[in-house]
Amino acid sequence: MPNRSQIQARAAMMRVRFEAAGAQVVDTPLLQPAETLLDLYGEDIRARAYVTSDALRGEQMLRPDFTLPVVQMHMSDGAEPARYTYSGEVFRRQEHDPDRANEYIQVGYEVFDRNDPAGADAEVFSLFALQLRGLPLRAATGDIGILTAAVAGLRTTERRKAALMRHLWRPRRFRVLLDRYAGRTPEPELRSDLLNATEPMVFDAPMIGKRRASEIEARIEALREDRETPPISDSELVGLETLLNVRETMPFALEQLRDVAVDLPQITPALDRLEARVAALQARGVDVARLDFEAAYGRTSMEYYDGFVFGFYAEGRPDLPPIATGGRYDALTRQLGNGAEIPAVGGVLRPDLMLEIEEGAQ
Amino acid sequence: MSLKLGVPSKGRLMEKTFSWFEKRGIALSRSGSDREYAGKVEGIDGVSLVLLSAGEIPRELAAGRIHLGVTGIDLVHEKLPRWEQQLEEISQLGFGKADLIIATPACWVDVDTLDDLDAAAAAFRKTHGHRLRIATKYHRLVREFLTDSGVADYTLVDSQGATEGTVMNETAEAIADITSTGETLRANHLKILSDGLILQSQATLWRSRVAKYDAAEKAVLSDLLDRLR
Repeated sequence: MPNRSQIQARAAMMRVRFEAAGAQVVDTPLLQPAETLLDLYGEDIRARAYVTSDALRGEQMLRPDFTLPVVQMHMSDGAEPARYTYSGEVFRRQEHDPDRANEYIQVGYEVFDRNDPAGADAEVFSLFALQLRGLPLRAATGDIGILTAAVAGLRTTERRKAALMRHLWRPRRFRVLLDRYAGRTPEPELRSDLLNATEPMVFDAPMIGKRRASEIEARIEALREDRETPPISDSELVGLETLLNVRETMPFALEQLRDVAVDLPQITPALDRLEARVAALQARGVDVARLDFEAAYGRTSMEYYDGFVFGFYAEGRPDLPPIATGGRYDALTRQLGNGAEIPAVGGVLRPDLMLEIEEGAQ
Repeated sequence: MSLKLGVPSKGRLMEKTFSWFEKRGIALSRSGSDREYAGKVEGIDGVSLVLLSAGEIPRELAAGRIHLGVTGIDLVHEKLPRWEQQLEEISQLGFGKADLIIATPACWVDVDTLDDLDAAAAAFRKTHGHRLRIATKYHRLVREFLTDSGVADYTLVDSQGATEGTVMNETAEAIADITSTGETLRANHLKILSDGLILQSQATLWRSRVAKYDAAEKAVLSDLLDRLR
């Protein structure tokens, strides 16, 4: 196993390469206010991050990743365009697998640039590929933007689209909602009783708690409206299902997705962006004809990404987490920007795993 | 050295544990006054009694400081994510039965399932500007259950007692707690979600896989287990 100083040395070397590509070195505090992280990730982050606290500042988390503090830093006082690099420890709680590290070093590169998003995507991916050159890795790519465009353009109510969008990251839940909106699952009996009742708000129990009667009435109203809404059409449903199953090398994936766009024309602008990205990757010397593209990639693990996503995985080592991951997160800058926003793309690498794979190969 | 048996140090759980062992010919008792946490064992040699809070027994078993212990399934599963590697379940004792459940105000007529809870949580966050709060002391079990069920936009708030009262006091919108008869829930105008059962618990005798056993302790253990099973 590589020791800490070897890992530090490798991380420093990788950071220098990113500096040579034009990045400015930044650092962020190890302790992050828990509130921002909880707001962004929800309760799940508590299972992944170490929480500590004091009476003065309240709950703090040991930095679970760099992206959030780097985005915050850029949004509060960064100049445009900007390229940043960093390296340092991140901490992840491990409760189930004692072999997974709970503290490791990440090296990252983030680009905040309004011009040429396809070029920025290709820049990040090809710089990462360069850092990882020679290692037996498989690259996977995807694009969350195609799926969100497909959902946003469905011919149904805003409420249904918002519910689907909210659960884009939870495939099982997404499936349940889709089946319901397609009229494939029967209405639960208790719900029928409630919606058929002439006075659903007349009941025995006293009104308690912070959720008021008006909120309960509003939900009943929403459920009644939803019952009157026609099901999502078969052609849209088939389109969505075909889209989610696209798994091909990049040029073929693009071709298949163009076919899907016959049923789901709303994805065409996202496909144009994908096509521009393929061209930009090719221009940087990436062999796109052999690069995998999965339309559903990044759906379960990469919550703040909303466009291009990628990951590098060790061949023959399914026990290892990804060696590098990254993607585009325009919406995150909007969420943290207090009104401001900027297109952003970046990712992180794990020098410890790179060294481990190199040792294993010798 | 002797085989160490950890038993809850007070209340009905202690008494029922004592009588469960009694029926199997092993008399456990507290020595000295009621306030003294020392005990003795009659009917078998080589076993010593350790009186502990039920909440500490999982940790003591996992650390191997006691060989056997009686405590609830809920506490073991909550405190020891890898309990199967650390503990062996010897016998469920048939008392201390309780369900870990999710309950909401009974007045939420639009909420019957986790699916409803998720929808209500999304709307609640929009209206009130914060996530729907669920009061509990079983943080890990509840979080894993809700993640598996795809519920989002909630937050857990810690409640170590009188959890059923948090909704009325508006420090939480829903609760996750253990209940045996449901009476306290009803008295506090709460109802259980129809698919809100997280775990069924009861008092259980566990063996530590981590503790060290010398030859004499091994012999006592096998003799004891023969009489208990």
